[in-house]
Amino acid sequence: MFSKILIANRGEIACRIIKTARRLGIATVAVYSEADKDALHVEMADEAILIGPPAAAQSYLVIEKIVAACKETGAEAVHPGYGFLSERAAFAAALEEAGIVFIGPNRKAIEAMGDKIESKKFANAAKVSTVPGYLGVIETPERAAEIADEIGYPVMIKASAGGGGKGMRIAHSRLEVAEGFARARSEAKSSFGDDRVFVEKFIVNPRHIEIQVLGDKHGNVIYLGERECSIQRRNQKVIEEAPSPLLDEATRKKMGEQAVALAKAVNYDSAGTVEFVAGQDRSFYFLEMNTRLQVEHPVTELVTGIDLVEEMIRSAYGQKLRMTQADVKLTGWAVESRVYAEDPTRNFLPSTGRLVKYRPPAEGIFDGVTVRNDTGVFEGGEISIHYDPMIAKLVTHAGDRLTAIEAQARALDSFVIDGIRHNIPFLSALMQHERWRAGRLSTGFIAEEFPEGFSPLVASGEIAHVMAAIATHVDHVLNVRKRAISGQLRAQGTLRFQLRRAVLLGKQRYDVEVVGGGAALDIVLAEGRSLRVASDWTPGEPVWSGTVDGVEMAAQVRPILNGFTLAHRGVSVDARVYTRREAELAALMLERKGADNSKALLCPMPGLVKTISVHVDQEVKAGEPLCMVEAMKMENVLVAERDVTVKKILAREGDSLAVDAVIMEFA
Amino acid sequence: MKQMLERLDRRRARARLGGGEARIKAQHAKGKLTARERIELLLDHESFEEFDMFVEHRCADFGMEKTKIPGDGVVTGWGTVNGRTVFVFAKDFTVFGGSLSEAHAQKITKIQDMALKNRAPIIGLFDAGGARIQEGVAALGGYGEVFQRNVLASGVIPQISLIMGPCAGGDVYSPAMTDFIFMVRDTSYMFVTGPDVVKTVTNETVTAEDLGGASVHTTRSSIADRAYDNDVEALLQTRRLIDFLPASNTDDVPLLPSFDDPDRIDMSLDTLIPDNPNKPYDIKELIAKIVDEGDFFEIQEAHAKNIVTGFGRIEGRTVGIVANQPMALAGVLDSDASRKGARFVRFCDCFNIPIVSFVDVPGFLPGVAQEYGGLIKHGAKLLFAYAEATVPKATIITRKAFGGAYDVMASKHLRGDINLAWPTAQIAVMGAKGAVEIIFRADIADPAKIAERTAEYEARFLSPFVAAERGYIDEVIMPHATRKRLSRVLAMLRNKKLENPWKKHDNIPL
Repeated sequence: MFSKILIANRGEIACRIIKTARRLGIATVAVYSEADKDALHVEMADEAILIGPPAAAQSYLVIEKIVAACKETGAEAVHPGYGFLSERAAFAAALEEAGIVFIGPNRKAIEAMGDKIESKKFANAAKVSTVPGYLGVIETPERAAEIADEIGYPVMIKASAGGGGKGMRIAHSRLEVAEGFARARSEAKSSFGDDRVFVEKFIVNPRHIEIQVLGDKHGNVIYLGERECSIQRRNQKVIEEAPSPLLDEATRKKMGEQAVALAKAVNYDSAGTVEFVAGQDRSFYFLEMNTRLQVEHPVTELVTGIDLVEEMIRSAYGQKLRMTQADVKLTGWAVESRVYAEDPTRNFLPSTGRLVKYRPPAEGIFDGVTVRNDTGVFEGGEISIHYDPMIAKLVTHAGDRLTAIEAQARALDSFVIDGIRHNIPFLSALMQHERWRAGRLSTGFIAEEFPEGFSPLVASGEIAHVMAAIATHVDHVLNVRKRAISGQLRAQGTLRFQLRRAVLLGKQRYDVEVVGGGAALDIVLAEGRSLRVASDWTPGEPVWSGTVDGVEMAAQVRPILNGFTLAHRGVSVDARVYTRREAELAALMLERKGADNSKALLCPMPGLVKTISVHVDQEVKAGEPLCMVEAMKMENVLVAERDVTVKKILAREGDSLAVDAVIMEFA
Repeated sequence: MKQMLERLDRRRARARLGGGEARIKAQHAKGKLTARERIELLLDHESFEEFDMFVEHRCADFGMEKTKIPGDGVVTGWGTVNGRTVFVFAKDFTVFGGSLSEAHAQKITKIQDMALKNRAPIIGLFDAGGARIQEGVAALGGYGEVFQRNVLASGVIPQISLIMGPCAGGDVYSPAMTDFIFMVRDTSYMFVTGPDVVKTVTNETVTAEDLGGASVHTTRSSIADRAYDNDVEALLQTRRLIDFLPASNTDDVPLLPSFDDPDRIDMSLDTLIPDNPNKPYDIKELIAKIVDEGDFFEIQEAHAKNIVTGFGRIEGRTVGIVANQPMALAGVLDSDASRKGARFVRFCDCFNIPIVSFVDVPGFLPGVAQEYGGLIKHGAKLLFAYAEATVPKATIITRKAFGGAYDVMASKHLRGDINLAWPTAQIAVMGAKGAVEIIFRADIADPAKIAERTAEYEARFLSPFVAAERGYIDEVIMPHATRKRLSRVLAMLRNKKLENPWKKHDNIPL
């Protein structure tokens, strides 16, 4: 076995690879940019080599620097992780030349699968199901209609040179084909200067399902079941699971065997993923093959019990696969959420800054439920603008899908992140979503279910009752403690507080009565409904965890004036627990109007002001750009929300701004 | 007998109605509570013992003898906040607009005398129209009696004022002499002369809100220490403040059982100080991670944000925290920050509250406006306050401690009991660039030499070790161990005995 390997990556994947290497007794070398000098992967590795400035193009993407780092440290092999150099044939070649092993597939396989047309050819040759269509040039609408008849409706007419939806038409009938053909052609001509179009089957409500394959250098390839990654936002996967709720055993086998056939056709000898698009009728068609470890590989690891990184290392070293297809058993269900530093309530704008608090849920196996958190950050660390905003991958595994989803929801509820904005509220809301729970997925899920973007859920029904009960418990604990202060008037503990209370969740009032004490409280809600709440929560703990009527629950508790914000299952609400009298008097208070920010443009995220598009006294119409702020290499154009006149510009180009910093004021 | 009991009940019921249903309704319509409702929220359930409910005014001019309302516009008494005694008076706007008569003033002074004699905090709730004009000089005399008692009680018992409605003219000076003033946004204002008089005298047009609203007094004038959105919020937060305060200057700080391990290590503090010395960081993160359960009651949050002051607890016992805030004006000391810090330090010293100072200060703010504004005297107030304080003083230098500001911020030389520094501390006369340009003025034309000298200076002086070598710093500590070290230090200092020489009183540079 190798005695030392280098990990040509950063973040959670570098940490995850180091863990396996360490378990195998292999020494590890990390590489890092200047921005990552305090990063977790550097801390975890046995050695670390600085490879340049923060920009990936000058550090993590520079092949010579990685090769030099290997030579300097004597690393015998390199694991590329995902992204960066993981699918660059030139990198594999450079390592080969330097006599260093690439922990991944052979160079030819990377090249073959890296080319869209080439990979389709291999797929056809290997009898892998591909999207039915006609790839030749079509001259007339009549010919297009004939082809469409053959393929079956609906079909998509696409520009050969296309991209970005331009020159694309969906047709459900002969008539629509004829019409769409002409339009697609003219659009293609005007957009790309090339009027060639082709026709292929259009898959309605497609799902993204991929097969994990694993090969060795001895011609063996097996498949490790599928993952479904249909929950995507703008082609970015958000939630992944294994297995897929769509597939049956027969389809799984058919897909798996096709994936293996394709892998064998290119002598695939590592871990790889064959991606398919699937129809709701379980039809499936090859999309592409990713010749690397996928971000979402942990779900496969949890249902198969196989450490994919370990198998990659063994294969790269030349060992034979230790299992056959018959040994592969899928057990239970695994769900993964990608925790991103992005603000779901502000159209998922990236968020950067210091992780003032970072307390992921406890990892391990509890009552048959596995919680795993792959991360590359730590409390007090920094989410920088230079790289991917992923903070962690939270994975739960249980005997069945709903139990795994419940476990995921609970784990998200106890995942504390402060200092930056993150998408946990959105992930929690997804976990509560009926359609997700029912497994009725498609890649359009998020666009269809959240057409207006995301706003936090409002407490209602059972969740509201549970939250009212938790709020009452928190308040009770605080009250008991307050009554223990020194210096009281009466020597005997005659001071009690009222147990009939009113819980305000936002403006919604729930009258409750606390019965009992000690280990569990019975919290009586309206109509005699009673919830038994037990928890060892103490003041100051950011996570309340305990049971409500015997069901394990978690919620986050953040103190605010006279109360606390309670976050649970995608709901975040200001909770205030009053006596009935206090609630009665509080109801007399007038609503304050919030500070008027419409007279100023506030920076929506921490970032760098790249350009200011207006000048003082300029009249700007609603929708016109005011300035551009760059964060995480993303350019964010800030537009006027209404017609305004610029009164004062406070920020200058090149300024680094914090969130809510005033950029300009309007008259 | 029964009849007599019933008569008491009837008289009580009438007194409790104050100015009557219509006025109570009007009060509620403005989003304000009545005096008795406010007291109900402020005190523990059923703990209020009212005094002088039947007092009426004795004015016979201008037809006043025909309108008498029991209580005469102020509700007074005592009760408990989480079991601890407090005295309270609340102006009743529904009775004569809460205006002050001789009898009204006597009710207040009675409570003030009792609070002082019995060594318990006094809380005044203000919502009133000033002096009762009809009573003339008798009302003025009443004010004077109240003021005198405010002054005698100052530094003996905590005095807190809540402004929950109008507070103008003579009414403003009693709150002004108390320790803390809280205001309610939108419904309260404070000024000596109102918008009408201002218009007549100076021809300035200004609204009551812009002249003396909560926003003005918490940000600009610093008259008020906190502003709250409504009566309920203000009253419940006052309860929270009381939990931090000792009953008097002869009492210990209260002990609230804590669930937070005093030896808790916080590794994230090791990365709090940015690599770039010019980059700010939020000192409130440090405070929140040091105090019990992250519970910090900030005083004057909106004013002079370059210094943070407030109360927290360590091992369940109250500490006063003073910290330079790099996020605002780089944490520099200016006139406002100096005055804010000084007043807070003196409050802590009055009431046996140990002072923890977190220092990251680049110096005093230069500038014409500052010098003309009396920075020397204002800065001297903070220096004076720290130097005279005899309570336990623990100081932690996190980063910069430059120049005279180093001395001021509870340094060893001002009888700091325990002075600690993080390894990131830079204790020096000034930053490297300025120092090198003065010391090596001859080399100023040679950038290479200057750079070399700067590096030398940084290596030698921008560290805690020069100060530590002299014993100005007792120990250089790991940031992650700050809470643990601090809690041990404060425990050790609990029996500290230190007295200043006898004097009638000092002469702080006002």
